[in-house]
Parts: sequence; C-alpha cells; structure tokens
Amino acid sequence: MDSSMDTERADSQDSEVMLSLRDLRVSYGEREILHGISFDVMRGETMVILGGSGSGKSTLLRTLVGLEKPSSGQIWIKGKDITAISQAELDEIRRKIGMSFQGGALFGSMTVGENVALPLREHTKLEESTIEIMLRLKLEQVGLAGFEYYMPAQLSGGMKKRAAVARALAMDPEILFFDEPSAGLDPIIAAGIDQLIQELKKAFRMTIIVVTHELASAFLIADRMVLIDKGNVVAIGTVEQLRSSTQPRVRQFLDRVAEPEVARELDYLQMLTEEPRRSAS
Amino acid sequence: MQLLSQIGGSVTNGLAYVGSLALLGGRAAFYTLVAPFRGKPLRLQRAIAQAMEVGVRALPILSLITFFIGLILALQAAYELRQFGAINLVATAVAVSMTRELGPLITAIVVIGRSGSAFAAEIGTMKVTEEIDALETMAISPIHFLVTPKFLAMIIMLPCLTIWANAMGILGGSLFGVAQADFTWARYIQASIDALFMRDITTGLIKSVMFGITITAVGCLEGLSTGAGAEEVGRSTTKAVVMSIFMVVVVDLIFTLMFFFTTEH
Repeated sequence: MDSSMDTERADSQDSEVMLSLRDLRVSYGEREILHGISFDVMRGETMVILGGSGSGKSTLLRTLVGLEKPSSGQIWIKGKDITAISQAELDEIRRKIGMSFQGGALFGSMTVGENVALPLREHTKLEESTIEIMLRLKLEQVGLAGFEYYMPAQLSGGMKKRAAVARALAMDPEILFFDEPSAGLDPIIAAGIDQLIQELKKAFRMTIIVVTHELASAFLIADRMVLIDKGNVVAIGTVEQLRSSTQPRVRQFLDRVAEPEVARELDYLQMLTEEPRRSAS
Repeated sequence: MQLLSQIGGSVTNGLAYVGSLALLGGRAAFYTLVAPFRGKPLRLQRAIAQAMEVGVRALPILSLITFFIGLILALQAAYELRQFGAINLVATAVAVSMTRELGPLITAIVVIGRSGSAFAAEIGTMKVTEEIDALETMAISPIHFLVTPKFLAMIIMLPCLTIWANAMGILGGSLFGVAQADFTWARYIQASIDALFMRDITTGLIKSVMFGITITAVGCLEGLSTGAGAEEVGRSTTKAVVMSIFMVVVVDLIFTLMFFFTTEH
C-alpha cells in the first residue's frame, strides 16, 4: 500500500474517522480471503471499494456490517470495535447503518411500503401515521413516490434497488453500504442509481461505502477509492491519485488489461473445493 | 479402522445436528415464552397467519386421510377380532390406537408435508436472496422475526389438529362399525368414549406438541443452512421433509418409552 496516499484526504471532508479497519483478516475454513486490510473512511466521504471478481471485496463488505466474523483484526465503527462487542451492542450500531444488497433483498411477501417501514416498526415506537409519512418521504427521496402498495416482484430491477435504498435509509443511517449498486442494470438505469448515491451524499452528508467493479460508476461517485486484489489493499487514494498511479496492478485494473483467469485446472479445482460457501467475489 | 472413524464421524455429525436443533428450538422458545415479558412483543399477526396456513388449511386433507386411516384400522382390527368373536371391540381398538399413536403421527406427517417443507423453502429462498442477511443488518433477529411465529403457530395448531384427527379417525372406524359390526352410530361413539382414558388423549397431545417443535426446528434449520443457488433450496426442502419424519419418529419413540415406563399398571 502507498502510505503517502493514505495520509492525504480529500479536502472537503471533516477529519472525523467514521469507520476504521485495522489488519482485518477473514477466512472461510482453511482459506484466508482477506490478508490484513487496513484503511479509514472519514465522515461524509464516499469510499469506493474496487476489485475484480474473487478479490474479496464482497467478503470485506459483509464483514464490515457484521455478517462475517473476521479471524483477526479490528473494525471500528463510531468508536466501537464491532468484532469485540456483544450482539446487543452490534445491533445498536446496526441501527445507525443502512445496507443496500446486490439484488435488493426486499422481502417478497411484503409490499414496498411494508419493506421500507419495517425497521421503523421494529425499532421505534412511532405512531402509525408518522411511519406512513416517513415512508412516503423515503420513497420520494429515491424517486419511488406512490409505489408503496406494489409488491417487490412487480418492480423492475432498478426500482427494486431504489426501494432497497429507501429501506436502508429508513432509520436515517450515518453510514450507507452498497453492494454492487449497478450490477444487473442497463447503463441508463445504473447511471440513475449513481446519481441517487450522489444526491444522498450531497443532501445528507452521509458516509457512503460502495463495493463495485464498475469503473465508470466508481470514478463518478467516489471521493476516495481503495483497490482490493486477492485479499490485499493494492492502492488507496483520491480519484485523481488512482488515475495517475503508476502501480502496475492499478494500471492493469483501470486500463482493463486482460489476464488469463486461472493458470491451471488443478488450481481452479482446488479453489472450488476449498470454498464451502457463497462465491467470495 | 476406517469404518470406525466413519461411524464416529456420523455419530458426531448426528449429535451436532440434534444440538443445532435444540439451540434453534430453545431460542424460538425463548422468544415465544420469555421475551414477550421483556419488552419484545410477539408477532401475533404473523403467528395467526401462520396458524391459518399450518392449521386451518390442513383440515380438509387431514380429515380425509385420518377418516380413511380410522376405517383401515377398523378393518384390520376386525380381521383379527372376528376370529375370537370379539368384533364389538373394534371401537376400542380404533379409539385407542388413533388417540395414542396414529392421530398425532399422521397429523405430524401431513403437517411436515404441507408446512415443514414450506418453512424450509421459504427461509431457504430468503437465504439465497440475501433477505436473511438484510434482516440481520437491520438488527432484526431472523429467529425472532421468522421462526418464532411459526413455532407459536405449530405448538398451538398441532394439538388442535390432532384432536380433530382423532375424531375423524373414530368417525372412519364407526363407518365400519355401523355397516359391518351391528353398532348404531350412537353406540359406536359411546363405546369409543368408554374405551378411552384421559391419559390416552393427553399423552397423544403431549407428543403432538413435541412433534410441532421438532417440525419447526428441522424445517427452519434446513432453511437457514441453505447454501447459494436455487437448487440448494430444493435440496434443503427435501432434507427438511426426510429429517422431520425421522426426527418425529425418534421423538415419538422417546416419549412412548417414557409414558410406558412411568405408567403403573
């Protein structure tokens, strides 16, 4: 990792650290996916975690929200190390974060409105009329006003993502996580989601962490980026810093230089058999 | 040597599985029985919806099956009893075997087929589409949100269904009794009631509650341990059904043994 880049922050950010990783390691069984990841995310900044398939970036995101347990290292969110706290404390922090999943992960048996209102109904004692107002507000923010009575199955891919963002916004989170926001969307719809992320950042000065492999989208929304490759941080810095980087691995990724995916059949087989769970892309 | 280690491995896996079931059942029981008094209310609406699905919608098929089972029991019993000229004991045979064993067991098997499989499929699909992960990141316990209403619905509806199944079985038996064994409807029903001790009914109902816990735990555990991909949902659904039937029979055996040795004659 280039340490000179790490110390420089984008000028417009507050200096408060929102999320901090220290030597984070994650393993699935015997196989280590992340080999000691460290970086900070400042309040109000949009950090894009960039990486190819199998780089470990999705695993990193899942670990950041507490869905995977790291084998060692620390994750500090708002001054607490979430790897070393009780479930109750973790749940307390989770109420202040929002996560938008790749496929939306809306509950299929509930309407869009019920989906968005769920965290409010679960965690607050607000009046039903207040919840109704808040839910309309959230849907409006993501451009889905009037869709509260639709079922998720009736929505298009882009609308599902927007509804998922509305649900993630329900509790007015301080940190918003996105897993592959443009995956599976056509370029126009994907651009709309990018725009939504930019609007959220501008309107609420929200800290946003996005995992993606879409370069165009990453360069558009990011304040800073971190490039992950084979479970290591290759580079971290502002958009300009990464653009002008001369590191071969960074150049290869940004210039989209092809590389044979797997060297030998045996390695591939080993990789498959050693990976007992979801693909760690 | 290899055989030994394989047996050892299977035993360990089996114990681990039972352990996970107990853990899940225990947590569901905690959310059902303890947590409501600590400010975590029950999801009654969801539980009622589940109870409709698990219980009320199972009535037609369960009625038909247990009616036939009662009739079959009467025929089988009569085949033996006829030789001793004791065909009038048919009512007793049907009533006792329905309430003590077949009522709870057939009910459990129908519910496994309808609901145990559905639990695994529903939760498995939610696992594949990251909905379970979404619940967790929203600080909502999937056990509290998904398993507890099913648990509550099951422990209430299974005994109710079992009582219904017992009645339908006796009704099925009475068809034979009236047609072939010189009973009138009223006398057949009276003979059935006279044959039964309260204990016969309660042991059956206690078993049915245990079956309900078992079916919920297996169905939900299989759903929650679904891997990635749609075909995994099918696999866990199949496994939920097979494991539920097996576990229900094991629980049945354990409780029947317990009742057998704790009842003085």
